[in-house]
Amino acid sequence: MRIGIDVGGTNTDAVLMDGSLVLASHKTPTTTNISDGIINAVNSIISHSQLAAEKIQAVMVGTTHFTNAFVERKGLLKVAVIRLALPASRGLPPMIDWPEDIAAIIGDHHYLVKGGYEYDGRLISEFDEKATLAAAREMKANGIKAIAISCMFSPLNAEMEACARDIVLAHIPDAAITLSSSIGRLGLLERENAAIMNASLASLASKVVNSFRCALRELHIKAPFYISQNDGTLMTADFVEQHPVLTFASGPTNSMRGAAYLSGLKDTLVVDVGGTTTDIGMLCNGFPRESSVAVDIGGVRTNFRMPDVLALGLGGGSLVKDNGTVTVGPQSVGYQLTEKARVFGGDVLTASDIAVAAGYADIGDAKRLAGLDSRLVGLAVQAMYVLVNAGVDRMKTSAEPVPLVLVGGGAVLLRDAIPGVSKVIVPDDAGVANAIGACIAQVGGKVDKVLSYDTHGRNKVIERARQEARQMAIAAGARPDTVEIIDFEELPLQYMPGNSVRLKVRAAGQLMLP
Amino acid sequence: MRVRLGIDDLENLAQGAAFLGAGGGGDPYIGMLLARHAIEEFGMPEIIEPEALADDEPVFTSAMFGAPTVLMEKAASGEDIDLAVNTLAAHTGKQPVAISPIEIGGMNSMIPIVAAARLGLPIVNSDGMGRAFPEIQMTTYNVYGVSATPAVIVDEHLQTVIVETADARRAESIMRSCAIEMGLSVIVSCYPLTGRQVKQYGVSGTLKIALGVGRALAEGRTQGRPVQAVQTFLHTTPYYNTCEVLFDGKIIDVRRETRRGFVIGHCHLMASDGSQDNCHIEFQNEHLIARLNGNTVAVVPDLITVVDHETGQTITTESLAYGQRVQVIGTSAAPIMRTPEALAVFGPRAFGIDEDFVSLAEIHKR
Repeated sequence: MRIGIDVGGTNTDAVLMDGSLVLASHKTPTTTNISDGIINAVNSIISHSQLAAEKIQAVMVGTTHFTNAFVERKGLLKVAVIRLALPASRGLPPMIDWPEDIAAIIGDHHYLVKGGYEYDGRLISEFDEKATLAAAREMKANGIKAIAISCMFSPLNAEMEACARDIVLAHIPDAAITLSSSIGRLGLLERENAAIMNASLASLASKVVNSFRCALRELHIKAPFYISQNDGTLMTADFVEQHPVLTFASGPTNSMRGAAYLSGLKDTLVVDVGGTTTDIGMLCNGFPRESSVAVDIGGVRTNFRMPDVLALGLGGGSLVKDNGTVTVGPQSVGYQLTEKARVFGGDVLTASDIAVAAGYADIGDAKRLAGLDSRLVGLAVQAMYVLVNAGVDRMKTSAEPVPLVLVGGGAVLLRDAIPGVSKVIVPDDAGVANAIGACIAQVGGKVDKVLSYDTHGRNKVIERARQEARQMAIAAGARPDTVEIIDFEELPLQYMPGNSVRLKVRAAGQLMLP
Repeated sequence: MRVRLGIDDLENLAQGAAFLGAGGGGDPYIGMLLARHAIEEFGMPEIIEPEALADDEPVFTSAMFGAPTVLMEKAASGEDIDLAVNTLAAHTGKQPVAISPIEIGGMNSMIPIVAAARLGLPIVNSDGMGRAFPEIQMTTYNVYGVSATPAVIVDEHLQTVIVETADARRAESIMRSCAIEMGLSVIVSCYPLTGRQVKQYGVSGTLKIALGVGRALAEGRTQGRPVQAVQTFLHTTPYYNTCEVLFDGKIIDVRRETRRGFVIGHCHLMASDGSQDNCHIEFQNEHLIARLNGNTVAVVPDLITVVDHETGQTITTESLAYGQRVQVIGTSAAPIMRTPEALAVFGPRAFGIDEDFVSLAEIHKR
């Protein structure tokens, strides 16, 4: 028995699952202190299924709390940055491209120190222990507890970052330290940015994880709990306290994974139609495809694992306008749909009204649409399909037709065939796809390195990387017999000597339950 | 007229340089940050026209050299940029009066701005490629007999290598080896020029043209017509004035293969107007040739740029992906880059394409 919880900005959803069965689900408003909402939702499903708390083996939580906090600049700490790269990288000091409002909160305690590696693992400079020590002393004097440590080419070798961490910890035993190698990939500035963001969330992370713990204690659930991350795999609560930034895109990931699970498909498009936006993503082998471009969060450029999701300004509350041409969205009545839409007694023509008029949906009072121009309805339907068709086509990975799973409250908007789609599936329980996605999350491991085929040959190098990813998944708590390679990418590098390639391998498996 | 660049111009210049990069030249983002940092510390460099140079005045170049994947981890520090120019000055016994870009496309539009700002020199409105190319011998300077060397290479430790070779092709191969040993992200100053050589052999006006392209894109976006705005602007320029939308469609396949030690890519597109028209682009670091239904519609050294259908933003060759809605734009290269001597160095056959060069203007007359 497992419980999946999704703590969103508006609602907290909980589901109870036994193996692949959804036994109960509940949706309740998110509360300011988080715990109350979780307790409400979980109590409801437990009492509904008359289950003893001891029967629950694991709890999985998905949350957008940290993303919202960073974007809204709430609860962030001052962060000191140690970068091991001198004499390289002086031209681009840390946080050079951050917006001023957030840079002012984080501060400018930057320490550039000798160290770092070349692309092939050679040293740029010997690690400068003395300078690191001096930096640690100054941080201590300034009362700084949150520290980000970056190092040139640390995704290839994280040793130097770890040495710096040990020195700082010896001086500031209660420091919250983020190593860039534990978060991002190649691209020094972006990886360092992610590390700084992560460090700034340290105190909020303890607070939030603690309120999860409190809620579970109050519910008498003693099972371990996990938090889902951007790529649809799980992290332990302790790990999330250290790496809150890895939850940044878990919302859309969970909804996509939940949709796939409910439909039983591993390679499919997922379209999540909400009140204001429609998110379109592509699942490959059961996991969301990752974005290849730098992702900007709250004005800061990062490059950590994010699903590639296309958001369209179309939802159940989208405004329908006729100014010569008929348009749908991007403006929306949002959460006020049940007051403002015509079928609910309001006076705003929305996409939901169009769905009712076109006979797709049966919500509210269809009589209130009497006299609505049928030509307008036809054109509005057409406008919605133009948007969705283009979005679907854009997100597909090949020209072959693929299935499409439709979830979300606005799923009723779409009924007709979509070009390039083999079939459209609308599963039951689509409303709590997020919580289900969290509940079924797997544990994973990932390798992203520049390697040479010269010495050991292609096959051996690739096999070693796959092994390493598998081992990382097992170390993270995956059942060894369920671990699979879920993603493999090989990028030849221009100009690089010795058949150099950048290998990206991801492995994931089911969580080992006690 | 003497002009100074503003901080706000950097973003426009980066966008314009990415367009002129013809799919290559690297992402100018890191370069833009370096330039902004240098300008904040040292002030704006002045842009001068080639005509303002006396014939015998020395002009030095400044560029980053290496692999794009390494550049995003290890960028220049600033001192290395100064040192390359200063070492070349000491070696040649000449003090430069200005810095010239060698490659206007991509990242290397920005490095000379850093150099000029730091050294307190003006930057010349001209370059040696009029676009981006992958190798050091592929410049108009080399075509018309200017030596690529003495060339100076500097790494982050401020270690320097001075290269003197008989020809530019060997300079490329030796400098490439040095760059590999020095960590694949180095600063070079090569092709020491004179004012006369800049005026005679440079592709003139390119810095301001890149800036103009970026401004046109930004303004065009506000009216939802970024590509038309770029076309309108380029039609007013002396030689990028044949600028045509070659294809409007969707990428349906991107494949890469290794040939002659380089990664050669193929990008297939399908028309978005419902017709059966298809387009195929072959690229190395930059786009080399575009074919419409099997017929060549643009070929190197004319510029082929793939831009996002909505924003007009250039998509570099490493970022091409299935499903992107794009426009393929062909832009004529400067006449100085289309002579027989020039085509021998960077025409289709220099990239292993067994076709004669036919200019965009001629293709579109047919």
